[in-house]
Amino acid sequence: MARITLDHIRHAYGPNPKSDAAYALREVDHEWADGGAYALLGPSGCGKTTLLNIISGLLQPSHGRILFDGKDVTHLSTQERNIAQVFQFPVIYDTMTVYDNLAFPLRNRGIAEPDVDRRVREMLEIIDLSDWSNRKAQRLTADQKQKISLGRGLVRNDVNAILFDEPLTVIDPHMKWVLRSQLKRFHKQFGFTMVYVTHDQTEALTFADKVVVMYDGEIVQIGTPAELFERPSHTFVGYFIGSPGMNVIPAEIHGSTIKLEAGTIALDYAPKLAAGGRIELGIRPEFIRIGREGIPVTVTRIEDIGRRRIVRASLGGQPIAIVVSEDAEVPAEPRVTFDPVALNIYANSWRVGREA
Amino acid sequence: MEKTWNNKAWFLVLPVLLLVAFSAAIPLMTVVNYSVQDTFGNNAFFWAGTDWFDDILHSARFWEALQRNLLFSFIILALEIPLGIFIALNMPKKGLGVPVCLVLMALPLLIPWNVVGTIWQVFGRVDIGLLGHTLAALGIDYNYVRDPLDAWITVVVMDVWHWTSLVVLLCYAGLVSIPDAYYQAAKIDGASRWSVFRYIQLPKMKRVLLIAVLLRFMDSFMIYTEPFVVTGGGPGNSTTFLSIDLVKTAVGQFDLGPAAAMSIVYFLIILLLSWIFYTVMTSSDADN
Repeated sequence: MARITLDHIRHAYGPNPKSDAAYALREVDHEWADGGAYALLGPSGCGKTTLLNIISGLLQPSHGRILFDGKDVTHLSTQERNIAQVFQFPVIYDTMTVYDNLAFPLRNRGIAEPDVDRRVREMLEIIDLSDWSNRKAQRLTADQKQKISLGRGLVRNDVNAILFDEPLTVIDPHMKWVLRSQLKRFHKQFGFTMVYVTHDQTEALTFADKVVVMYDGEIVQIGTPAELFERPSHTFVGYFIGSPGMNVIPAEIHGSTIKLEAGTIALDYAPKLAAGGRIELGIRPEFIRIGREGIPVTVTRIEDIGRRRIVRASLGGQPIAIVVSEDAEVPAEPRVTFDPVALNIYANSWRVGREA
Repeated sequence: MEKTWNNKAWFLVLPVLLLVAFSAAIPLMTVVNYSVQDTFGNNAFFWAGTDWFDDILHSARFWEALQRNLLFSFIILALEIPLGIFIALNMPKKGLGVPVCLVLMALPLLIPWNVVGTIWQVFGRVDIGLLGHTLAALGIDYNYVRDPLDAWITVVVMDVWHWTSLVVLLCYAGLVSIPDAYYQAAKIDGASRWSVFRYIQLPKMKRVLLIAVLLRFMDSFMIYTEPFVVTGGGPGNSTTFLSIDLVKTAVGQFDLGPAAAMSIVYFLIILLLSWIFYTVMTSSDADN
């Protein structure tokens, strides 16, 4: 188990990158605590798999260092780093038995056979495949395969970290819940540092203590699920987390007053803003009240999503989404008010703090 | 569910049936017809029964040719399959090297067989050939026209040169279909180079290797053109394979009956051996 330090990591796939755009990973500089469960969340192509492969040593970063417990491992091979990784598509050695699959990483490291046997049997119990141990690892279901891949990582009890690269993508929805809760249990039981890559926000939010949101080769926010929801530090986080995402509305700030196309909103503080730049107001659909007071809106569409409804409306030409309860009434000439604690101000897409 | 019977559907099979009849069944039956009759010309045929088959199966010449054929196929497989795997493993997986290697590998396969024979016939000649003359200059006594061993070496090397590419291309196709994740997982599991080959690459190549072995076996067992052009079956009978022997009998001596009987035996041997190969190699697959 180890603390992972990413020291100014940059990575470009081609040689001699000319501009920032050529970097798959622009700049990552963070420290991840020992035993933490981190989820790397972001859309396809945001650099999360690149970052994962840099941590595991399958890729060498173009710039920067990576440290495990303060020890520089940048130039060490995957094997020397002692990392386990589970891939999106389960990797099974299908000419071996299930037992041999699990024993493979141990035997490769020259561990004595009685030890191998004890650990493999333990792991077979844990992943619930004891009955399959002497079967050839063929014609297994996707979740059995993924359990074996997972078991091959967990069977080495001395790993520095376990990395997961979208491991549940190919699993059936109902099995996803089972495997996810098993993973959480393993994490509690073994206390390894865990990094989990996904583009599924539900998976990231239910799974990790800390969610690392990546966008366009950068980490835009690291926080608990609640932080990401309440105080997205970048408009992308607001948009990406939550369903529907945060409403982002162009605005002007005059002292402690927000001026929109369609009306003004009073703030209880005056945000410190540098001159110039694009100012936006961010508000989650859950914190907009629709009624007979406030700023007038035009309702364009109402979507029923079961227990709640989403009102699509236009606020001075700006499309917004509002979440209302199923039985809420939408008046004929609707107006909206914003919950003041849920207002976020963004300058050039980055959040401006209350205190500054 | 009620089954629908529509006998008109048989008409759709008719074109294929006719095609197969004219291209395979009827010629084969002609051969069968010849194999049980004797002729002295003038289109007059006499019933001969199984005499020709008796003759063939009791002729030393036939058994020797068959032994040579089996030995040749064995040597070819033993050389080309490992060599082909080895080359495929070392071919580049991406970049400019890929098309270059693929074209280089495909070249020998594109050359007509008699041209391959001619190339090596000239190449190996002691008086003017690059190989033959160089070896002679180095003081090595090499002459495929006189020495049976040299003739064999020449024919084997020629076949390896001509056909290893096929094995390489098939294996390469199997190799590139392996997702990167397998190699990455192997690295993480700390697998050695040998383990990667044994547990990832070889299993993934198994199917294409089965096809490669089968194709190379059938082809080498029917080999005719190249040894015919290079050695003409000599020196003596040392490189006379079944096919060469067959042509000598049928076209050289115009012994239609024995030749036809020989063709049928030859055909049955190929059929039997191919079936054995296929069954053995696929049954190991079914065991799992």
